[in-house]
Formats: sequence, structure tokens, C-alpha cells
Amino acid sequence: MQTAVTQPSPAGKILWAAIAIVGAWCLGVVALRRGEPINAIWLVAAAIAVFVIGYRFYSKFIANHVLRMDASRATPAVLRNDGLDYVPTDKWVVFGHHFAAIAGAGPLVGPVLAAQMGYLPGTLWILLGVVFGGAVQDFMILGLSIRRDGRSLGNMLRDELGPVAGVVAMFGVLVLMMIVLAVLALVVVKALTHSPWGTFTVACTIPIALLMGVYLRFIRPGKILEVSIIGLVLLLASIWFGAYVAASPTWGAAFNFDARALAWLLIAYGFCASVLPVWLLLAPRDYLSTFLKIGTVVLLALAIFLAAPTLQMPAVTKFIDGTGPVFQGNLFPFLFITIACGAVSGWHSIIASGTTPKLLSSEGEARMVGYGGMLMEAFVAIMALVAAASLHPGVYFAMNSPSALIGTTAQDAATAISQWGFVVTPDELLNTAKNIGEGSILSRAGGAPTLAVGMAQLLHGIIPGEGMMAFWYHYAILFEALFILTTVDAGTRVGRFMIQEIAGLIHEPLKHTESWTGNLVATAVCVGLWGYFLYQGAVDPLGGINTLWPLFGIANQMLAAVALMLATVVTVKLKRERYVWVPGIPAIWLVVCTLTAGWYKLSGSISFTAAAQKYAQAIADGKLLAPAKSAAEMQRIVTNNYVDATLTAIFMLLILTMLGFALNAIAKAWRINHPTAREEPYVALGSVTTR
Amino acid sequence: MMKPNLQSIWKRAVQTARLCCGVPDYDVYIKHLREHHPERDVPTYAEFFRERQVARYKGTGGRCC
Repeated sequence: MQTAVTQPSPAGKILWAAIAIVGAWCLGVVALRRGEPINAIWLVAAAIAVFVIGYRFYSKFIANHVLRMDASRATPAVLRNDGLDYVPTDKWVVFGHHFAAIAGAGPLVGPVLAAQMGYLPGTLWILLGVVFGGAVQDFMILGLSIRRDGRSLGNMLRDELGPVAGVVAMFGVLVLMMIVLAVLALVVVKALTHSPWGTFTVACTIPIALLMGVYLRFIRPGKILEVSIIGLVLLLASIWFGAYVAASPTWGAAFNFDARALAWLLIAYGFCASVLPVWLLLAPRDYLSTFLKIGTVVLLALAIFLAAPTLQMPAVTKFIDGTGPVFQGNLFPFLFITIACGAVSGWHSIIASGTTPKLLSSEGEARMVGYGGMLMEAFVAIMALVAAASLHPGVYFAMNSPSALIGTTAQDAATAISQWGFVVTPDELLNTAKNIGEGSILSRAGGAPTLAVGMAQLLHGIIPGEGMMAFWYHYAILFEALFILTTVDAGTRVGRFMIQEIAGLIHEPLKHTESWTGNLVATAVCVGLWGYFLYQGAVDPLGGINTLWPLFGIANQMLAAVALMLATVVTVKLKRERYVWVPGIPAIWLVVCTLTAGWYKLSGSISFTAAAQKYAQAIADGKLLAPAKSAAEMQRIVTNNYVDATLTAIFMLLILTMLGFALNAIAKAWRINHPTAREEPYVALGSVTTR
Repeated sequence: MMKPNLQSIWKRAVQTARLCCGVPDYDVYIKHLREHHPERDVPTYAEFFRERQVARYKGTGGRCC
């Protein structure tokens, strides 16, 4: 239980001073040492020190002064205890649940892409971003939701900013979700293109999940742990067997697909998975991916601590000037939208106002779960950055640059990348591919393969063995693909319900989620929406990730800005104006970043519009630009780029609208001399007898 | 709070793992039913599990990227 603020003991003061000095020292080494490569442990130690200090001081400040969390106040879990959704739960259990819900593929992908600018910019943004932005958002939204019966972000926006603002924000969430699903599915496509081994193991997850579903339903109902162990053993067996499949001329060819074919397969899969009953495919896959996710995060942490790799990537590369091959654009604003999850993730505001506020038994525990949970995610992001930066930079750029820039052979790639100043030989690239059991490592952007190679090298350093690198590589690919596909299944289902709700406003019967017509139509619409962007990514001249990731980043940071705006409005409404900067400054920062990035994507040399015009001009001149093979394909690229530009404009408009609503609400609340926020009334914890 | 021992740590780990999959603690639910709604039937764990499994994917939650 939280007690009143006490003066720290002398021993405590010394301890915190020591942590601060060690942290500052490590950060100094990371930031200032030039010329010689440094060990990753410096970076990890600096991160831990920053997180610990941020947690101890800043989160406590927010809890005591901004949110004024009160351990004597009854929480929704206590007041509305129903044993199912609202249950007072042990804080460590809530923490574990919350972390599992917020951690996904995002923090693993963004930092890997951002490593093209060197490890320092990404590290600093993750550390500062999380302490002053991301964790503040998660904690404050959780705090607000606890005071409002565990209401969702959409409901809170409606209550505090008005009904129109609520609708606008929810529309933004739906569009964001479609982009998230498309980009994540594209990461899988990029990882599996012409990789029979990877494709086979990922395909195996479907029969394994079906088997688990039947087992859980009919043979041993509800025995999750048991069935997950069975599933895990089968998965590992499928990785092992995959090597033989890939080696066989007939079977290898059967699982060898190009990006387009994989995109279509995923679209078809997404449709089936979200139409089938949840117990058959979605739920068992979800269990497996949840446990594998936690297990792999722990494995990655162990690998980094035991292997203590040297960071081979320079601290800062020349690509901070915006000429990088992985994503285009200057450090500002593009670094800040490329690393979204891990530093600030808007999506978390939905989780923090979902199940978590209904489980906390005391307001005093919200700090650990909300702020602490996000720090954990930032730590995952730091580890992903370490894994990417500990790779040979030549290998990193070979894996993450589009073929338009580095060609399609190891020879061309090595020449191009060496010219950028990262000397690498064709043999090094071919050897890496051979070690991980793949035909080629070129142009596999999207984070997953790079992280997989990084992890494979780290794990191989600890547990050597003939052919083990290939096993670890495919393990890492499988685990990312598994939880991305779970997100795709579950997201399609959520999207379907949202679409059915909107459709229900026009034609009432479409609203019924049990009706097969409504179900099939809404699922098709939902799959069509993300499938369009996925397919666009698969045929994109720059490899897809280069084009779509900024769109995802802008959308995710837009949602974070909206959540922080809500927190700012409520702070003013509670008449705590002197603390308005706590959520206000990160909100303004994100608005500036998203609007600037949006603007660059709308006009200028790296914009969607410029890309569209380039292809349109080529069509007019009767020329053919790679990778398009016909005029019709060129026309499609033009259309796709205009669609992306329109979407960017919509996001910008949306954020400006929300900013208008927020400023209006702040101005009103500032003039009124009493609190106007809509909190539930205070009920003392002691007065609630029913527990 | 009692002193943590291996058994209670294991119990909590299982509780966390199940909650991550959207299945709250069955014993807590049964206790709640007995205390507050004695007139209602107590579901078996299998029934409880199925109900929660469907409820998890109703579209309210969502998960992160």
C-alpha cells in the first residue's frame, strides 16, 4: 500500500545518487565514445538506469501531483466486482497481463528500421520518449480510466471533449487498425518471400492451432498450459523438419512463393480465420503466441546479457541527413515516427483503458502497471536495437535496403553498400545467407528477418552447434510471424465488429454479429481494406515497408497525441493547470512530429505525390520503370501513391480537428474556477465491505 | 499478504498466464458467485472457459501492434 510521501533515508539518497552517477557514466560512454566500437552492455545499463530513475521520481511525481492517485479510494474492480471482467487482482498478475497485452511486434520492428541512422538517435529517442511521453500516456490514460469505471478511450473522449470528437477519434482508430494489420502482414510477407523453410513452418502453425483448438474444446477443456506445451513441441518439430522440406526439390518448390502470392495467401487466411469460430483457430494460436512472445523476450534478454555483443553499427551514420535506404526522410521528424511502439505508442491508450483498469485493486498500483509496464516495453525496444546494431552494418543494409537501390545479386549489393561506406564483400553476404539456411538475405526489410539474424547470432554465440544458426533464425521468424498473424486474426475480427456497427447505422440487420450475411460482408470489407494496403506493399517499387511504415508511424503517433490531449484536457478540467505541461509537452511534440512528417509525405521530394508523379510522367513518356513490368502496373503504382497521400491528408486533418476540440475544451475549463472533469464520485475503500 | 512460497508463486504464475489469454481466475469467480448470487448455477471450469474464450474476441479489447 502507498503511504504518505516520506523523506528518503540517507542510505536511500546515497543509493539513488549512485544509480544516477552510474547511469550518467554509461550514457556518456554510449553517446560520446567515437572511433572504437562499444559493448552493448553500456547501452543496456544506461537504459536500465534511466528507467529506474524515471520510474522512481517522475512517475511518482505524476502519481502524487498530476493524477493524485489515492490508495484509499475504491477502484472499479472493487466497486463493481463481478468475478469476471471486474476483479480485484494481485498487482504482479495485472502487471504481467498488461505487459503481455501491450507488447507486440511493434517495438521489435521500429528500432531495427531506425538503426540505419546509427544506434544513438534511436536509443535517445526511446529513453526520452518513454520516460516523458509513452509511459506518461499509458499511466495517465490508465489513471483516468480507473476514475471513470474503467471506461474506454472512446467513451472518455466523448465525455470530456464532446460526442463529435469521440466519433472522429474512433474513425481514426479504425483506419489506424487497417494500416497496422497491413504493415504487420507485410513484415511476414517480407520474411517469407522465397523462403520455403520459413513458409513451411509458418504454414504448420495452422494445423497445429486446429489440433490445439479441438484438444481444448473436446479432449481436455480449458487446459491451456498443457495444450500450449504440446503446441510448442510441435512447433519446434516443424522448424527442425522445415530444413528437410526446404532441401527437397519438390517440397521446397511447393513452399517457395513470391511476395504477391504470399500477400494473397495471407488475405485468404485472414478472411477464413476471422470467420471461423474463435475456439478452433484464433484462440489456440493466441495462447501459443502469448507464451512464445514472453518466452522469446526473456530469451533475447538472456542472450544479450550473456553474449554481451559489440555494437558494430556506428553511433551515428551519415543517413541522418535523410538519404537512408531503409526509410526516407530526415532525423526530424522521421526518427520519431519510425520508432513508435517502444517510445510512444498510441495503441496502448486502448489497452490502458480496456481490461487493465478493471483489474486493479488499488489506485496505488496503477503507477507500477501503467508506467512500469511501458518501461518494460521500451526495454524490449532497446534490446531489438542492440540486436540490429550488433550485426555487421553491411549485412544490416543488405537486408533492409530495397532492391531498387542495391540490386538483386550479392555482388551488386556488396558493391552498392560498400560505396555507402559500409565495406562488405559478396562472400560475407552469401555466407550469412548460407548460415541461416536461406537462399538470399537481400531486401528483407521489415525488422523481423534482421532481428532474427541478430538473435540467431547472439544465441549461436552462447549455444554453438552445427546448423544451429539456421534453427535459431527460423525460430525467430516463426515467433514473429506467429504473433503477427494472431494480431491479424484478432484485428480483423475487431475491425469486423466496428464495421458492422457503422453499417448497422445505415441498414439495421447488418449490425447483428450472429448473422452470417453481416459477418461475411463485414469481414470481406475489413480484409479488403487491409488487404489493399498489403498487396500495394507487395508490389511497391521501394519494397513496401519503406512506403507503408511512415504511414503506420504517423497514424500510431496521431493516436498517442489524441490520448495525451485527453490527458491534458482532463488535467486542466481538474484545475491542476500548473501541471498541464506533463501531458501537454509530449502531446505538442507528437502533433508537431506527425504534422511535419505528414507534410513531407504530401509534398516534396520524398512524398507519395512525388512518387506518383514520377511514374505518371514515365507513363506519359512511354517508359517502363522497375519493378513495374507493364503500363497497367505503373498505373497501379500511381494510384497507390495517391491513395497513401490522401490517407496522410486525412490523418493530418484528423489531428488538427482533435487539436481544435482539445484547445476549445482547455480554454473553457481554464475560465471556470471549479473542477469540471467527469470523474466518478469518491468511495472510500474501507467502506466497501463486499470483496 | 502472506510470505511468498513456491506454491503461491506458481499459483500466481498460472493465474497470470491464464489472464493473458483472457481467462480470469475460476476459483475467484466461483467464490464470488457463492457469496453474491447463491441462486445461480455454478458453471464447471470447462463451461466457464468456453464462455470467457468467446467473450475475449467480442471486439472490445484489441491488442497491440
